[in-house]
Amino acid sequence: MASLSQTKVRTAAASEEAQHINWGNLLLWIGVGFLIFITLFPFYWVVRTALSEPNSVYAYASDFLPHDATTFNFERVLGMIDPASLVGQQATNLSAGTINFWVYLRNSFVVAGLITIGQTLFSSMAAYAFARLKFPFRDQIFFLYLTGLMIPGIVLFIPNFVLIRQLGWIGTIQGIVAPTILMTPFAVFFMRQFFLSLNKDLEEAALLDGTTAFGVFWRISLPLMRGPLLTMGVLTFIGAWNEYLWPFLVGRDESVRVLTVALNVFKSQTPQGAPDWAGLMAGTVVSIVPTILLFLFFGRRVVDSIQFSGFK
Amino acid sequence: MAAVKIASPPEPGLFARLANSQTFLGYAFILPSLIGFVVFFAVPAVSSLFISFTEWNLLTDAEYVGLQNYETLFADDRFWRALQITLTYVLWNIPIQTVLAIGIALIMDKLSNSPLLRGLLILPWLMPNVVVAMLFVWLLDPTLGIINIFLQNIGIGRQGFFGDPNQAIASVAGVNIWRHMGYTAILIFAGLKTIPKSLYEAARVDGANGLVQFLRITLPLLRPVLVFVLVTTVIGSFQIFDTIAVATEGGPAGATRTIIVYIYEQVFERRINMGLATAACVVLFLILITVTIIQTRFLRANQSDLAEYS
Repeated sequence: MASLSQTKVRTAAASEEAQHINWGNLLLWIGVGFLIFITLFPFYWVVRTALSEPNSVYAYASDFLPHDATTFNFERVLGMIDPASLVGQQATNLSAGTINFWVYLRNSFVVAGLITIGQTLFSSMAAYAFARLKFPFRDQIFFLYLTGLMIPGIVLFIPNFVLIRQLGWIGTIQGIVAPTILMTPFAVFFMRQFFLSLNKDLEEAALLDGTTAFGVFWRISLPLMRGPLLTMGVLTFIGAWNEYLWPFLVGRDESVRVLTVALNVFKSQTPQGAPDWAGLMAGTVVSIVPTILLFLFFGRRVVDSIQFSGFK
Repeated sequence: MAAVKIASPPEPGLFARLANSQTFLGYAFILPSLIGFVVFFAVPAVSSLFISFTEWNLLTDAEYVGLQNYETLFADDRFWRALQITLTYVLWNIPIQTVLAIGIALIMDKLSNSPLLRGLLILPWLMPNVVVAMLFVWLLDPTLGIINIFLQNIGIGRQGFFGDPNQAIASVAGVNIWRHMGYTAILIFAGLKTIPKSLYEAARVDGANGLVQFLRITLPLLRPVLVFVLVTTVIGSFQIFDTIAVATEGGPAGATRTIIVYIYEQVFERRINMGLATAACVVLFLILITVTIIQTRFLRANQSDLAEYS
């Protein structure tokens, strides 16, 4: 009898608890759902607008699905449609400044690619030296790099702009990539933290076995660093791809214009009274795609590295 | 035999000696980054300071004018207004963003930390500022923006957002809260994971409710992560530019002319005035240093309460 009532009590308590948790959790799940909605809806709305027939954007502003769904805007933005053929149509609000998206896309890839390769390589080499090698003034030099973390970008932009101008590099790819292709203090700092967290035993054992310091780096450390290098590479690429102010200052010429700059120029070119929303949003989608792809492949790595960076 | 071998090792060649010299390798490895650091970070930072004591329009030679730029700057109403607008922006942005991020992190901790959810949360942060701004210019458009249509349908009525001088800076802050809250939440979530679960169990045994646990355990032990988050987001927040460049271009009526917009105008839009622009840069730098020092002192960044428990 005693055991039976105990069981009863226990079950009642358990079900009460289960119910309690369910209500609380349900509320939280609703919160999560709302959060996901808030995060994803703007993206959906951009795609929806980009797929709409340009004039229907005005007539059917609140339709949930694209009205008269069409890829016309993407074709326009990517230059697959001759701009001259647009003039004849009654749609007066279509932006004509849309033609060179392939060029801008290529420029963005070249700029972000060069910065990623250079900055990841050179910053990682420096980070390895700071983390593992012993040489005079090592800590003093590293401390100098750390103070560089504190300097706001705009403080550097103005003298750097003057320097690039004196070099005659305004409107060139090398002018856009120069300031960050060799290093950023953050990249060195971030990679050094990674290297410090790697196990030292293997390297020390190899040194004891008579391997040279370079041999240790080349045959033991480097293979272990593949993960951190890839992470740094992805983060650098996203950062370089998203950069706006510097490429805007140095690379306004169409031949070297990157996507972020192009997008804003594109916006300022569309008719003021009735902006070409469908075209603008198609351009926006195009400029997001590479980041999304990168994220689909490396998303977990990016998230983990962000968490990692939070502790340093 | 072995002893003899060790006593007379073969004379290593130059290459082998260099390959084994940590000093040589160390300098060889840091050389490219050192060049980059000196040319594009150290020298510009110092020369900014020097330029701020000169009158210079890029066309003629710079002329030393002492503190005149700083006097002009401090006498310029637009500069003070820019500082005030920037501060308003930071005060809209940081508290809301941080509180929301802590909330999201707590929910993740309680419900699910699936990679999918974390991926979704980080998505806005991966987008260029320019793209995010463009997106919201469309969503918040006065006549066609879906958010305004929604507000009208539920009876609140249409808002000016970027176009209303009273709402513009808060709208910019809202856009950046949207972009950054997931990213910040993930940082804070990583901090939550370092708090030993046994502490909460002990507190529960002592009869502490959820709120008490949060105030007495979670917040104090999150401090190192919160310091990192606050220091980096505040520094970033003071330098807001991209979103404004796209959404409002400093307007309407100068309502979003933040400090960086002000500096930008001195160099690229008005009569070129390098001295005044760099003087404003130096002032911004001093403000950031001061704010950072206050934050780290106030939040005792270097101490961890976790040490007291272990």
